[in-house]
Amino acid sequence: MKVNNMQYEPVIGLEIHVELKTKSKMFCGCKNDPFYAEKPNMYTCPVCFGLPGGLPVPNKKAIEWTILLGMALGSTIASFSKFDRKHYFYPDLAKGYQITQFDEPFCSGGFIKTSFGNVRIRRVHLEEDTGKLIHKTIVEKKVTLIDFNRSGVPLVEIVTEPDIHSSEQAKEFLKKLHQIVRYLEISDADLEKGSMRLEPNISVWIKGSNEIPAYKVEVKNINSFKFVAAAIEYEFKRHVAILEEGKVPVQETRGWDEGKNATVSQRKKEGASDYRYFPEPDIPPLRFTKEYIEALRNKLPKLADEVKDDIIKAYGLNDYQGTILVENVPMLSLFQGTVSLPSIQQANISGTTIANWVINKVTDFSGTAPIDLANQIIGSKTVVVSDSELKAVILNVLEENPKAVSDYKAGKEQSAMFLMGMVRRQLPNVDTNVILEAVKAALKNV
Amino acid sequence: MKLNELTLTKTIKMLKSKQISHSELYSAVTQKIDKVNNSLNVYVALDNEAVLKTKNTLDLPLAGVPIAVKDNFLTVGLPTTASSKVLSGFHSPYESTVTKKIRDSGGVIIGKTNMDAWAHGSSTESSDFGPTKNPRNPEHLPGGSSGGSAAAIAANMAIGAIGSETAGSIRQPASWCGVVGMKPTYGRVSRAGVIAMASSTDSPGPIGKTVIDCAVLLNHIAGKDCYDATTSSLAVSDYTAYLSKGVKGMKVGICYVDHPKVKGTPAALAVLDAGKVFERLGATVDLISASDTLMANRILNPNYAIGVYTVVQRAEVSSNLARYDGIRIGRGRDFLATEAKRRIILGTFTLSQSFVEKYYVRAQKVRSLIIQNFHNLFGTYDILIAPTSAGYAQRLGSSADNPLFGEIEDMLLEASSIAGLTGINVPCMRDPKTNLFLGLDIMADQWQEEKILQAAYAYEQATEWNEWVANESE
Repeated sequence: MKVNNMQYEPVIGLEIHVELKTKSKMFCGCKNDPFYAEKPNMYTCPVCFGLPGGLPVPNKKAIEWTILLGMALGSTIASFSKFDRKHYFYPDLAKGYQITQFDEPFCSGGFIKTSFGNVRIRRVHLEEDTGKLIHKTIVEKKVTLIDFNRSGVPLVEIVTEPDIHSSEQAKEFLKKLHQIVRYLEISDADLEKGSMRLEPNISVWIKGSNEIPAYKVEVKNINSFKFVAAAIEYEFKRHVAILEEGKVPVQETRGWDEGKNATVSQRKKEGASDYRYFPEPDIPPLRFTKEYIEALRNKLPKLADEVKDDIIKAYGLNDYQGTILVENVPMLSLFQGTVSLPSIQQANISGTTIANWVINKVTDFSGTAPIDLANQIIGSKTVVVSDSELKAVILNVLEENPKAVSDYKAGKEQSAMFLMGMVRRQLPNVDTNVILEAVKAALKNV
Repeated sequence: MKLNELTLTKTIKMLKSKQISHSELYSAVTQKIDKVNNSLNVYVALDNEAVLKTKNTLDLPLAGVPIAVKDNFLTVGLPTTASSKVLSGFHSPYESTVTKKIRDSGGVIIGKTNMDAWAHGSSTESSDFGPTKNPRNPEHLPGGSSGGSAAAIAANMAIGAIGSETAGSIRQPASWCGVVGMKPTYGRVSRAGVIAMASSTDSPGPIGKTVIDCAVLLNHIAGKDCYDATTSSLAVSDYTAYLSKGVKGMKVGICYVDHPKVKGTPAALAVLDAGKVFERLGATVDLISASDTLMANRILNPNYAIGVYTVVQRAEVSSNLARYDGIRIGRGRDFLATEAKRRIILGTFTLSQSFVEKYYVRAQKVRSLIIQNFHNLFGTYDILIAPTSAGYAQRLGSSADNPLFGEIEDMLLEASSIAGLTGINVPCMRDPKTNLFLGLDIMADQWQEEKILQAAYAYEQATEWNEWVANESE
């Protein structure tokens, strides 16, 4: 019996890996800087190289940052936790096991709000990254080289419940998570470099079912939100086609092929692999007191939504400006840095004006110093017209466009925009928002 | 008396007061090594230029004394193999914490001693480089896995030695070789740079001619290490400061003499005699009987410890040996000998998804009960004493085709090892016919090294089993 396509719905859970930007690696004192290392294997030691006798000593900062992330996601923070060994063989895994957390993660539960509904967090745990294999041809010989600069870099894994049901929702969730990580300043979360890696687990059910499908397909290591969405779309169609034939998609691991714009099969999984987990005997279990956790909670910085409310209130920004600014941390820092400068306050320049400059005129947010931006704005102040001059131009425009005025009065909001445009023709360098506000004020008095 | 026969304490004194010179000392030790190493197979690597390293050591506490080190401690300049062919010729780029501390204190590592490959065994017969023979009687085994270090002391081929114990690997060879060997509390001495056997019980420790020698060595190797997260930050005392305090008022419990394999044996009788010695010295001595369940003032049947230790240790071994894949260092896995393969297979099995609950998890639960049992006993007793081994050193060849040889030989030591306690072996009987020794194991709660050293020193002074003590007091 065929089921109408419309009734199928993807069921998606996400696994996200984020490399923490601590100064040193997770279990040793080596520099944590795999992407900018000048040479392979320059940041290595007996521990991250897996030499005999090397022992892991956990990085306190990495543990604190993982807990902070959990707090930001509303997770429950464990009062007892531990590390475990996960065994598998791969040449980039020096010890033959990865130190991770199996059944006692630092954080469990929590959620991120999306416009499609909440996405629950299953767990947030801390582990170590592996080395990197480099396949090369040297003197006509195909070789595989191993670079251990990345070996032992602290890696946080965030696992969601299968609460996501569209590529749009996945994208929104990921953007929000990315934003949280950036606000906490715990990772560069650079997707292209691979310091944030995304793995959707996708299956398809009939909408309204309450039983998670018995299979799932994992798409590994995707490096952009766009490709996650594309992979979900692709997999959804592929699964539906298989389900339509009365079959069940094979449980497997697939990869995203950018060139083909498709997922490709990598590894079929019969059941779960046997990783032979057991508690890492080289690291004593960790116990966190209530006081310790509360002290950490006090270190939790304000997150995007809170910052948005704050800046709207403090500087009289509109919702649009607030939203844009908090989406981009360097942009927000530039705004905050500029708005609080004494020279700006002396020149009596409004937060709205600065927000508009930052949003519309600056392109390099990290490379622009607040003081330079402030000077630019103050220097351009000559084009900021006096209230009386602006008023005169506006009144003139209103007189010349009686239809637009009556349209506005009749409730056609867009007419105000038209009138603003007409004013701007005469005062091209004046801030559009300033004009718009003045036009609206003038319309009230007509 | 030959200089190589001096105790560590006396050697340091004589070097510092310039009664003897380094060159005299080293030539005595080297002569002895040259004479017997071929037949006894004690050292797997020797530093022929060791004496040159004694320069400027006289101001340091260990004053340039020659120390023998078990071959699972990484040493720069000397190969480290853990007596496995997989690591044949491996030169470590870094130094273990223990050997670094020895060298920093002025000790000189004269050589690396033979051991059961990867420390898997209690005979030193399963070394990939051939068995070590017991210097007391070369037809017998030295015990193991620190058999080379114990033999080096017994044969006066070193002044002091370092071994490591996972469950018996210091105390049992010390017992069979008639020397003093001490297992510190787990976490008292750093494991950094030691080739791991079972990470949750590996404990490096000293092997010496006398109790005071071990106390001196422990002073220099104990302490918190930033490279080993399991080391304790508890302050390290001067372990020699407590030695002469005596045992007056101590509560002593005698364990394991009622075990079917021990009852009525010379080992049981020797330990009961030791109990009388402690009583004479002013201690209160009780016999503690074994029980199959947790009961007040009873000690759990040591048979439980065999099962627990075998499962936990194999599991950890299977994980710890995974890095020897032949890609970065050493040779391929085809160079692993039978015993290592056996342990990897058993450990892999007990950790596998379908069996981890049945074996590994259950073993850890019983381990907790054993810890609880000791905790209760140390509420009443200061120290516990027991036979280190149920008997004298076994004959060469007896470990062959007996995969549980070590577990049976070490059965009386495994409980205290998996509980992370400290213990020391002192000689407590010598059979004049075979020249073989029995050992007394003195155990105390975690971090109570002072107590066992104090008791062991009192026992050593009150009896005549230690030839070095007897010779030097002449």
